[in-house]
Amino acid sequence: MDDKTKIRQLIQENVSKKKNTTDKIMPRFFLLMAFVSVAATFGIVATLITDAAKFFSQVPISEVFSTKLAPLNANPSFGILPLITGTIMTTVIAMLVAVPIGLTAAIFLSQFASDKMRKILKPIMEVLAGIPTIVYGFFAYSFVTPMLMKIIPSLGAKNALSPGIVMGIMIIPLVASLSEDAMNSVPDIMREGALGLGSTKLEVTFKVVIPAAISGIMASIVLAVSRAIGETMIVTIASGSSKAFTLDITQSMQTMTAYIVEFTSGDAASGTTGYYSLYAVGLLLFVFTMGINLIAQHISKKYREEY
Amino acid sequence: MTNGISKNENIVYDVKGLNLWYGEDQALKDINLEIEKNKVTAIIGPSGCGKSTFIKTMNRMIENIPIVRTTGKILYHGQDIFDKSVRVEELRTKVGMVFQKPNPFPKSIFENVVYGPRIHGIKDKALLMEIAETSLKSAALWDEVKDRLNDNAYGLSGGQQQRLCIARCLAVQPDVILMDEPTSALDPIATFKIEELIDSLKKDYTISIVTHSMQQAARISDKTAFFLMGELIEFDKTSVIFSNPADKRTEDYITGRFG
Repeated sequence: MDDKTKIRQLIQENVSKKKNTTDKIMPRFFLLMAFVSVAATFGIVATLITDAAKFFSQVPISEVFSTKLAPLNANPSFGILPLITGTIMTTVIAMLVAVPIGLTAAIFLSQFASDKMRKILKPIMEVLAGIPTIVYGFFAYSFVTPMLMKIIPSLGAKNALSPGIVMGIMIIPLVASLSEDAMNSVPDIMREGALGLGSTKLEVTFKVVIPAAISGIMASIVLAVSRAIGETMIVTIASGSSKAFTLDITQSMQTMTAYIVEFTSGDAASGTTGYYSLYAVGLLLFVFTMGINLIAQHISKKYREEY
Repeated sequence: MTNGISKNENIVYDVKGLNLWYGEDQALKDINLEIEKNKVTAIIGPSGCGKSTFIKTMNRMIENIPIVRTTGKILYHGQDIFDKSVRVEELRTKVGMVFQKPNPFPKSIFENVVYGPRIHGIKDKALLMEIAETSLKSAALWDEVKDRLNDNAYGLSGGQQQRLCIARCLAVQPDVILMDEPTSALDPIATFKIEELIDSLKKDYTISIVTHSMQQAARISDKTAFFLMGELIEFDKTSVIFSNPADKRTEDYITGRFG
């Protein structure tokens, strides 16, 4: 009893001595840090917009949305459509590879694999995500392209198909890992509810788990799309720098990112239209990824099952 | 009884005209109630009657919900807890709380018990060990865990976890212990142990307990408050409430006619 009173006094003395200054200062510090990232975002966007504006003041809009891209000609033309088709084609190919394989792998890992199997498979799969993209680019150019040439003889040495496929392979672990997390976080009681009504494991997976996890799955796909749009090294190496406007995936194409690489490595003198075109393309990339994120938010809100 | 001062010392909480709103919905209506020292005060009533809201108001835990607004006074040893000069952390050191579901930290048993004393500046290893032992003994858990104080608290059963949470609460030597349905997630044997524990704790602490179970209120409490739709219908000695309630609604509830 005496001990208890002593401890009580000691604790209450300490508590009353505590100052609230740190408790007041720290949240302000946290706010400041949060503001840094917001400010950086605004800074980047502002730079993009001001320099892109110079580009748009020098080049008529009708030319921007034309199919002729020839920035280094004596009479240069800055049609952006070849870059957009290049980006879209490689991204679509990558998603055609990554989404089906990634999702089915996620379904297997989260619903059907034994614990032991998952513990072996998942880390191996995630090794894919750790490989530098330049290695993937090299792999696309010197291994996948020659192999594809045996099937499609007309395939160019630089083409959109091969980097698209390799980009898809690179993105598989991203889709699989995030979708698996989403499916794993569906509470077991939901599965038990469906199993208790006599559902098969497959029915539980497709009618309960996936609908419940859909917003997480959507998020993983969107992240994958942004990743594919922003990917640079693979397409720079294996897709070449042809600025022709074409939908033929067996031929060389240039993506927006590869265009920026080509021109920042020395061809565009500061202050020229070609230089400002980099900012315009950068802004376009930004608008692309932001648009996709907004769409994704909308979709995942619409299809979310609250639990 | 004979003089005003000694009566005042026996009153730990004096609630005066307490109203509470969640946004537009009034959850507590003009509550007036006194909580006596070293007594167990039970708060009963059907779901949604405001009993949990009330107990969470006593240590201002309710303020974690941003839309809450209160009027009236809660005097704790004569000091209004809503007063600007009251530091809520200090209040909560003196008024401990045990929650509906056992909520130990994902740490060892020992670390759980000494968490409070540690953040309140006690660093002496020997003293911490002593606090852990006395707290666990007071919570009637010592014999079951003394050989595995460094094991994770989540290895304990639900009832043991709840007694660990009581020990964690006792370790800072509070004056009052608030319990919000502490046995509703436990089986009858674990419930019995907690009830025994509450009985042994009241000589050192003032206890206020919200419970769904009328039998529990009848078994362990000295005084009982019956809440209905945010109002305090009746507050009296437990023996009176359960044998000879003044209000028809209290009688209906305890005889199981509704709720």
